[in-house]
Formats: sequence, C-alpha cells, structure tokens
Amino acid sequence: MRPFTYERAADADAAVASAVAHAGNGGVRYLGGGTSLVDLMRLGVERPAHLIDVSRLGHDRIEPTDDGGLHIGAAVTNSELAADELVRRDHPLLAEALLGGASGQLRNLATVGGNLLQRTRCSYFQEATKPCNKRSPGSGCPAREGEHRNLAILGHSSSCVATHPSDMAVALTALGAHVHVTGRDGERVIPMPGLHRLPEAQPERDTVLEPTELITAVTLPAPIPGARARYRKVRERSSFAFALVSVAALLTVEDGIVHDCRIALGGVAHVPWRAERAEGELHGAPAAPEAFARAADAELAQAEPLRDNGYKVALARNLIVATLSELV
Amino acid sequence: MSDPAQLSEITLRVNGEDRRLTVDTRSSLLDVLREQLGLTGSKKGCDHGQCGACTVLLDGRRVNSCLVLAVARDGSGVTTIEGLADGEQLHPLQAAFVEQDGFQCGYCTPGQICSAVGMLSELAAGWPSAATPDVSAAPELTEPEIAERLSGNICRCGAYPGIVAAVKQAAG
Repeated sequence: MRPFTYERAADADAAVASAVAHAGNGGVRYLGGGTSLVDLMRLGVERPAHLIDVSRLGHDRIEPTDDGGLHIGAAVTNSELAADELVRRDHPLLAEALLGGASGQLRNLATVGGNLLQRTRCSYFQEATKPCNKRSPGSGCPAREGEHRNLAILGHSSSCVATHPSDMAVALTALGAHVHVTGRDGERVIPMPGLHRLPEAQPERDTVLEPTELITAVTLPAPIPGARARYRKVRERSSFAFALVSVAALLTVEDGIVHDCRIALGGVAHVPWRAERAEGELHGAPAAPEAFARAADAELAQAEPLRDNGYKVALARNLIVATLSELV
Repeated sequence: MSDPAQLSEITLRVNGEDRRLTVDTRSSLLDVLREQLGLTGSKKGCDHGQCGACTVLLDGRRVNSCLVLAVARDGSGVTTIEGLADGEQLHPLQAAFVEQDGFQCGYCTPGQICSAVGMLSELAAGWPSAATPDVSAAPELTEPEIAERLSGNICRCGAYPGIVAAVKQAAG
C-alpha cells in the first residue's frame, strides 16, 4: 500500500478545506468506516496520498424531522441505522435492504455516506493489472467481452458495464431520499435518484459529486400513509453476497387499484435504477399479477443484456412481479 | 523512489490494558495486534473482510480488524480472543465451542467466537437481521438467525453444525 498521511478532521468545513488543500498533491480521500476504501487501497485500486477521517464530525445521529421524516447523519453505521426504532417502524424497507447487505462485522463499520460512495465490485475494476475505464480512463473495458455475468443490463455504455453494489441505495431511491453534501461552494441537496450517474463516456465518475464534496446526511420524507413496502434480493448464496438483482418496492392500493407505487432495482445498472416506466404503467391499474407483469415488461423493454447476463432480465421481471404481489 | 512511511502515535486499550504504540498509518488493527503486540489469536485469513477470521470487538462491537486502520482508532478499546477468558475460566462461548465440537482445524475459531460474543450482544439489544421475519419486531434466537448473523465467518472445515450448537448452548 502506498504510504499516506492521516488527519482526523474537527468539523465538516475543516474536512472540506483540507481536501481542497490536498487535492493537487497525489490524491485525497475521506475515510468513513473504511470497509470499501481500505480494501481498495490494499488492492492498489485507490492510492491516496492523504486521508481525512470524517467519522467523528458529529454526523452520527438519527433524528425525526419536523415534517415527519428522518435526518440520518452520514457517519451513522449501517447496523445502527438498521436497528433504529424509527427506521424499523416507519421505513422497514430501508432496514431490510441494509440487513440484506454485507455481514454483521462489516455493517458495524460501514457508514451511510460510505455505503453510497462504495465502488463497483466488477472484477476488472478491482484488479489493478487489468484495463478498466473506470479505474484508468481510456484503458478499455474487458468486461464487455469478458466476465460480465453479474454486470449491467440497463443504462450501460460502450465504455463501462459496471453495476452499483449498494442495497441501501436501492431502498433510498425508492423512498425518495435526499443526500446532503457540503463542498467548497457551500451546501447542496441532491435527490435520490440523482446522486449516482450512468457511465456514458465518463465511467470514472460514479456520482455527480465533486471530488472534495462531503456527504453530511441523508433525509427521508415522512412515510406514505397506507403504503406497504418490501426489499427483496436474489443472490448466489443466501447471505453475505452482492445482489444479482434486487427490488425495492412501495405500493399503495385503494379498492383493488394501484394508487401509488415506487420501484427501484439493484444489481442491474451503474446506478440504483428507478423503474419509472413500470411505475407509469401501474398508476391506476388493477393491483394484480397480470398488471405487475405488464409493468415489469415495460421497464425491461429497454434492457440491453450482454452475452452472459440475459438471465437478469427474466430474474428482474419475476422479482418485480413477486415483490409487488406480496404487497397486495 | 518510494514515498517514506508515515508514522503516528496512538493509544489502544487492548484487553483492558492501555498500550502506547507507534504505528505506520497503513497498519491495520489486525497487523498491530499480531505483529506489534504479539496477540496472534486473531487470524489473517483473506485480509479483505470476507472471511471473518480477524474478528475482534472494537469498543464493544464486532468488526473485521483487517479493514480497520489502527491510526483511525486512537483511544479505542479492543477485546481479542486472548481477552475473553477470566484467568483459567473460559468464556462461556469458548467452553461451549469445546463441548460442542465447534471447530476442526481451529484457524477460524478465534474470529468465530469473537463474532458470536458480539452477535449475542446485538441480539440482546434487539437488533434485527435478514432472518428476522418482521424487522419491526424483536428477534428470537433461532437457528436461521444464528446462521444469518454469523455469515461473516467462514469455516472451511465445515464445522457449522457444532458452531450453531455452541452458540445455542452459550446463549442458554
């Protein structure tokens, strides 16, 4: 691992100021729980010259907001968030997604901010000796013709077919969360979806954040009255594995008709994928498996499976139908 | 020419004793425990947070010590497998692993036991898991719950039935 200097920032402004000051000197990274960053440093994928520890900036609380939502500090750990009484009562979908990811030990370290900014597990990205446009822009994408069984079927580009690995981000996308960030130009609020971006010709950029911007919190709106929600994840073993496909769904049914629905997919794209076409098909439709299947088909009509991951189209379709059917 | 190593002074409270240390910023908590403090019970399996052999209790919570930068934990308390027993009196989980044959080669065992200690306190605090039927309700210590909660600890000998039995015994 390349040697680096370390500092524990006193507050968010000091962290950003330090990041700006160090930005030109061989790379700087914010350190949260470290479960993703330290691993990538050991692999030689990340090579920062300076680390700014942002785990003790006071962003470690979960508090109700005036409008009935929740304000979640960026340094709250995944396990604390999943165990929180208000999260479990008002947003069990989020708890289910968090508990579906990683292991107990990792969730005790991993933070909300770090979870959102974790990098893809595409094996070419993680292997520093291989070409990868995300790690080394312009070097090529071996995954398109190589190992891509677990990679994207939606929204990929000729330069990158990686998927975003987070479960939590899929739930936050369905829940309509907002991500609060601070940077050299002040604070801003980014809606989910909207934090992550499709690869296009710049796969090295996972998100819309500037390199020195810092996530300080995530806010959730008040729960939707009468909505039922569920997170379901299909993976190659029953625990401690990334999603092949996951679905976060909220459904509000009145008199057998879909009044409101939100669907987000994981494991299928460079972003947590909000299934807006499926949602559009379902508004006002009967809350029944046939309508759910039509909605899933409408969404997946835009899928562009690669040679070895066409199974994900059928898997996503079936998982959308099964998850929505559970909520009726 | 490679960049020079960066050193830092930290204090860790390890198994109840304050230890003043000079660490390379790159050192994991696992490497500091094993190489600088001679506490070789915690094992380096994968060094990527995937196998759980390095599991210790950090400020009371189970974590993968291979992914923790020691420099970032100045002032923290660490309990390793060496700190669980009370003199010659084994920790109830250690005794249960012996009685229930919760291991074969033993390499993953310190991590399994530290993980189980942390897991039982999480369960006692009412934390749900992916095996909890309703995440808004209090979980119960069923076999599926034990298996799910210990999925971050791999045993390549396949001693899982004994491990689950040991955890059930220790939990009473």
